Amino acid sequence: MHLHKYEKIWLTFGIGALVIFLIVLGYGAFYKGTHPQSHGVTIDQNNIESNEAFKPENLGLTKVDDDKYIINIAASAFNYDLGKDEEGNVVKHIRIPKGSKVLFQATSKDVIHGFNVAGTNVNMMVEPGYISSLEVAMNKPGTYTIVCNEYCGVGHHLMYATLEVYE
Amino acid sequence: MELAKKMKETKLTQELPISKQESKLYMSYISVAFIALLIGGLMGLLQVFVRSGKFTLPFGIDYYQVLTVHGVILGLVLTTYFIIGFHFSLMGKTVGISLKQRRVAWVAFWIMVMGTIMTATTILLGEASVLYTFYAPLRAHPAFYIGLALVIIGSWIAGFVNWSQLAVWKKAHRGEKSPLLAFMVTINTLLWFIASLGVAVAVLVQFIPWSLGYAETINVLLSRTLFWYFGHPLVYFWLLPAYMAWYAIIPKIIGGKIFSDSLARLSFVLFLFFSIPVGFHHQLTEPGIDSTWKFIQVVLTFMVIIPSLMTAFSLFATFETTGRRKGGKGLFGWFKKLPWKDVRFLAPFIGMLAFIPGGAGGIINASHQMNAVVHNTIWVTGHFHLTVATTVMLTFFGISYWLIPHLRGRKLTPKLNRLGIIQAIIWTVGMAIMSGAMHIEGLLGGPRRSSFSEYGGGEQVHAWIGYQMAQAIGGTILFIGIILMVFIFIKLTFFAPKGEEDFPIASEEEDAEPTPPWFENWKLWIGITVVLILAAYSVPVMDIIQHSPVGSAPFDWPIGR
Repeated sequence: MHLHKYEKIWLTFGIGALVIFLIVLGYGAFYKGTHPQSHGVTIDQNNIESNEAFKPENLGLTKVDDDKYIINIAASAFNYDLGKDEEGNVVKHIRIPKGSKVLFQATSKDVIHGFNVAGTNVNMMVEPGYISSLEVAMNKPGTYTIVCNEYCGVGHHLMYATLEVYE
Repeated sequence: MELAKKMKETKLTQELPISKQESKLYMSYISVAFIALLIGGLMGLLQVFVRSGKFTLPFGIDYYQVLTVHGVILGLVLTTYFIIGFHFSLMGKTVGISLKQRRVAWVAFWIMVMGTIMTATTILLGEASVLYTFYAPLRAHPAFYIGLALVIIGSWIAGFVNWSQLAVWKKAHRGEKSPLLAFMVTINTLLWFIASLGVAVAVLVQFIPWSLGYAETINVLLSRTLFWYFGHPLVYFWLLPAYMAWYAIIPKIIGGKIFSDSLARLSFVLFLFFSIPVGFHHQLTEPGIDSTWKFIQVVLTFMVIIPSLMTAFSLFATFETTGRRKGGKGLFGWFKKLPWKDVRFLAPFIGMLAFIPGGAGGIINASHQMNAVVHNTIWVTGHFHLTVATTVMLTFFGISYWLIPHLRGRKLTPKLNRLGIIQAIIWTVGMAIMSGAMHIEGLLGGPRRSSFSEYGGGEQVHAWIGYQMAQAIGGTILFIGIILMVFIFIKLTFFAPKGEEDFPIASEEEDAEPTPPWFENWKLWIGITVVLILAAYSVPVMDIIQHSPVGSAPFDWPIGR
């Protein structure tokens, strides 16, 4: 089978670029630890309280250390349960100081949901039976909308919360 | 000896006449596709209106019901019917169809129609607002899944007929290479069969028993994995018929020859290898799949770039060679010699151009880490409206302009050609606005598959709504394009003047190198495909099954059942 000279050049260049690209992706993933979230941690979706992180009192924001936080989220159609504040009101807005390290942990009580802190890399599928988790540094101040970005039913577009990163 | 060789070659490029009965079969498939275009397009219009925030659906119709119709009828019905009609036309023209094969093809058609009606009914009754991906544990009415299974089974039967058509031809032409287009159809039906086995297993083994109540729970992650094992090759099943037209039909339309028969076959074989073992790149943000396996499938995904680069080279080489033969001078003079006023060329050509940003967007989507920026945002919707709704659709329209009059014994008149050009331009403008706005909104975090919502306000949401307004404008322009296309379809089918329209099939250069006979080694191609699939999927699927959480009971109320 014959390859035209120009086609050889074109393919060599193209495949070369592809190889470099894949090496960059692999380096980032395996040496810099930038894999997308995949922990394979399971949970009983019919009884998420059996897991310490998803007991009602542990939902929402918890300060672990200076600049270190955990946010536990129990997703269900069509709501993110972020726990209750001191007065017993439902939390829909979370505030964290700029530069904090935040560990997001989410699970679903019913169907599949999405969890996206819009405009950031915090973008996870939330599925019954699994715990989705991702640790990120929140460095850019602003108010971010948290949206469910996987269809979960007729009220899907009403499933949201907000996250404020303050200076 | 020379004479014998020449005679053989004329025999190879021989084109068979298409009988009236055959035409009826092919046109039946294609007609369903155009009906689907009209209905699905109307749903699309309603969606962009709703998302603009200025319009609410009347009679209590749910946004997600409309969205389910849009996805199922355009993504599954339009594409599958048009492709099967096109496949049959190509096979009928190049290798012929027997009476028995034609009868079986009709059986396939009616099984598909029955399945389509079953599925459509459940959606229209509001019993299946699960979108075309039907992710468990949302549960639709069992008839939704049974209908889908029938569509798939019908499409398999159609594919088996294609295989038997080639087999019969090969028996009568021992030692000859199969016609290029018949080879391509066989690859695409093979791809479809191997890929849809995944979704068929999910539907038959998991969804149907579970939706009927025989199985109490379902393994959600396994069902998603089986779906995406099918879902990615599905897009190549849409794309390859467009490539058939680009490789083997467009050269004839512009008055040129096929650049290289062997390279065309090689690229199709590579697409067969590398479009299936790659479904994990749709599941990159999934919590239950090991990241190393995700990365392995990401690498396999990117292998399709190689045949894509080969295709781009071949097409532009054909364009340049042809333009130069027609007297085009200088570095770019050949470009002007291309038949820009022929819609059979212009519409697919715009489709090719759209595939440049479309393909680049696809690379971003599958890029392991970068995926997190765009996953499930409306960027993805913008992406596949460039690839399938522009590249593939404009090529299918380009095919329709000659295929329909050819089958109906009519002519594409200059007036209809002009209307077609206007249609292609309307489509391009509408899509540039709509898809462009979707891409930008997606980068700003705007979600896909969501009805209008202010999400409690905020700056980000305001920006999204602005782009949703632009999508409504683009979508409206596209709907005008759909009306125009359906009008052209009706004209070409029933009212265009009687005559003979050419079925353009390009031939090779006189001095083309012979295609190596090993291209006909189907066992080898299927063997490599299966090995790649087993290598990419065995371990992670075992892992998913062994480490699965408790199964999920069905949920009806979230979709309003």
